[in-house]
Amino acid sequence: MNTFLKTITAAALTLAVTGPAAAADWGKGSTVRIATEGAYAPWNYTDSSGKLVGFELDLAADLCARMEVECEVIQQAWEGIIPALQAGKYDAIMAGMSITEKRMEVITFSRSYAATPAVFVVKSDGPLADFKADVDAVTMEELTAGETAAIEAVKAAFAGKTVGVQIATTHENFLNEVLAGDVTVKTYDTQENLDLDLQAGRVDAALAAMSYWKPLLESDNGKGLEMAGPGFTGGPFGNGVGAGIRKEDQALADMFTAAIDAAIADGTVSKLAIEHFGFDASAKN
Amino acid sequence: MITLFDKPDNVWELIANGLPWTLTLAASSLAIGFVLAVGLALLRLSPITPLRWAAWSYVYFFRSTPLLVQIFLIYYGLGQFEAVQKSVFWPLLREAHWCAILALTLNTTAYTSEIIRGGLQAVPWGQVEAAKACGMSVLMRFRRVVFPQAIRQALPGYGNEIVLMVKSTSLASTITLLEMTLIARKETSATFTIEPLFVAAVFYLAINFLATRGVMALEYKLSPDLRDAKRSLPLPDQEPVAR
Repeated sequence: MNTFLKTITAAALTLAVTGPAAAADWGKGSTVRIATEGAYAPWNYTDSSGKLVGFELDLAADLCARMEVECEVIQQAWEGIIPALQAGKYDAIMAGMSITEKRMEVITFSRSYAATPAVFVVKSDGPLADFKADVDAVTMEELTAGETAAIEAVKAAFAGKTVGVQIATTHENFLNEVLAGDVTVKTYDTQENLDLDLQAGRVDAALAAMSYWKPLLESDNGKGLEMAGPGFTGGPFGNGVGAGIRKEDQALADMFTAAIDAAIADGTVSKLAIEHFGFDASAKN
Repeated sequence: MITLFDKPDNVWELIANGLPWTLTLAASSLAIGFVLAVGLALLRLSPITPLRWAAWSYVYFFRSTPLLVQIFLIYYGLGQFEAVQKSVFWPLLREAHWCAILALTLNTTAYTSEIIRGGLQAVPWGQVEAAKACGMSVLMRFRRVVFPQAIRQALPGYGNEIVLMVKSTSLASTITLLEMTLIARKETSATFTIEPLFVAAVFYLAINFLATRGVMALEYKLSPDLRDAKRSLPLPDQEPVAR
């Protein structure tokens, strides 16, 4: 490669990979830009007038008031949400993002504000409609005999089937780690597109968070769908949902953590969770 | 679809696994689209007004709406109707790759028909009259005089269309088809690096390099008259001929 090519390649890579790295001084009166996806109801979505609404929008407003900062919410496609955080396009992610070891390698998180298991949803008249496991909940760490049996039952029932999942999610990681080889995995840009294909019968099952499914299944859009098998937590699913923040902004993460602690302690998070999800999905402890 | 590397060792092998789909989408839509486009171009030039209008409307619709919207309408849109799900076409429309090929074909047909129409209209009318005077039938005139010249005229524009279609196959990544772009996007989001996208870009560059070379070679082969003309020109460093 000649020098000119090297220079422009280096310049392009630098522009694309790095961003402003200097940590800001976070404190009262700062302006915090929060990114959300806006396509994952009831966590975050756009209403008919195009306004961003949902559990995380209400929670963000509450947390910002507690931190005494100005907040600006930005809509960002899910797939590039971590790279754009690192590039400095915003300062925090509140988009139903689970705290996982893999993500902790590149960004940091506040403490969790919500936690909901992952669960499969199938068509009521589809091939997997009658699937039941003997246990209701599987924690993907230090499996008990019953949990191992439940995973084996899932593998056996889903063998040869097509399972849909949103791209770049903990749910996709779970399918790749646990069910790869047994099922065909189809990945979607948005959960909403996956729902369309589940209804159309192009996928036999879809995996997402219980907190996403429950309101959907109770609405008109969820007609003819039902949950199947146990709820999964831990392991590839991480330790609850938190606000994602650049590593150099640990101070901001600490501010979020303190505000979330207070919001959980006074019952605000539970109240918002019940309002949006229909059950208390707030993080415990 | 064939898997080139069962256990890809590096990001190059990983992205290469999407190559068969990328090439299949591009090649099949271009091949089917070309045949349809010749017919559509003839309809566009037909003396029968309703046929001309129908062809014009088709071209107008597919050239004036984004390909991404067309892909979404065919894949997610049609799939929502129960009538479609119960129809005989569902086994095909159910599959992302058939939807992608359908959308890409319909799209390239519209563009290619305009390119071919331009080529057909560029054939001098005098030649057609001369062929008529020689007693050639309509079909023979088309086969021996008009079409070969039209194709040659249209080739540079068609080369552009080939390049565009190779790049357009990446839109199939939005409907779950594991071609190069979707594999790169998955890997990018799994590793939080943009290297896979760069690797995919290199693959697209290589495909289009070969495609444009191929079109250039074909253009050279189809233009012997121009080649001879070039050769007979005086070389620039030649002395002017003394009078």
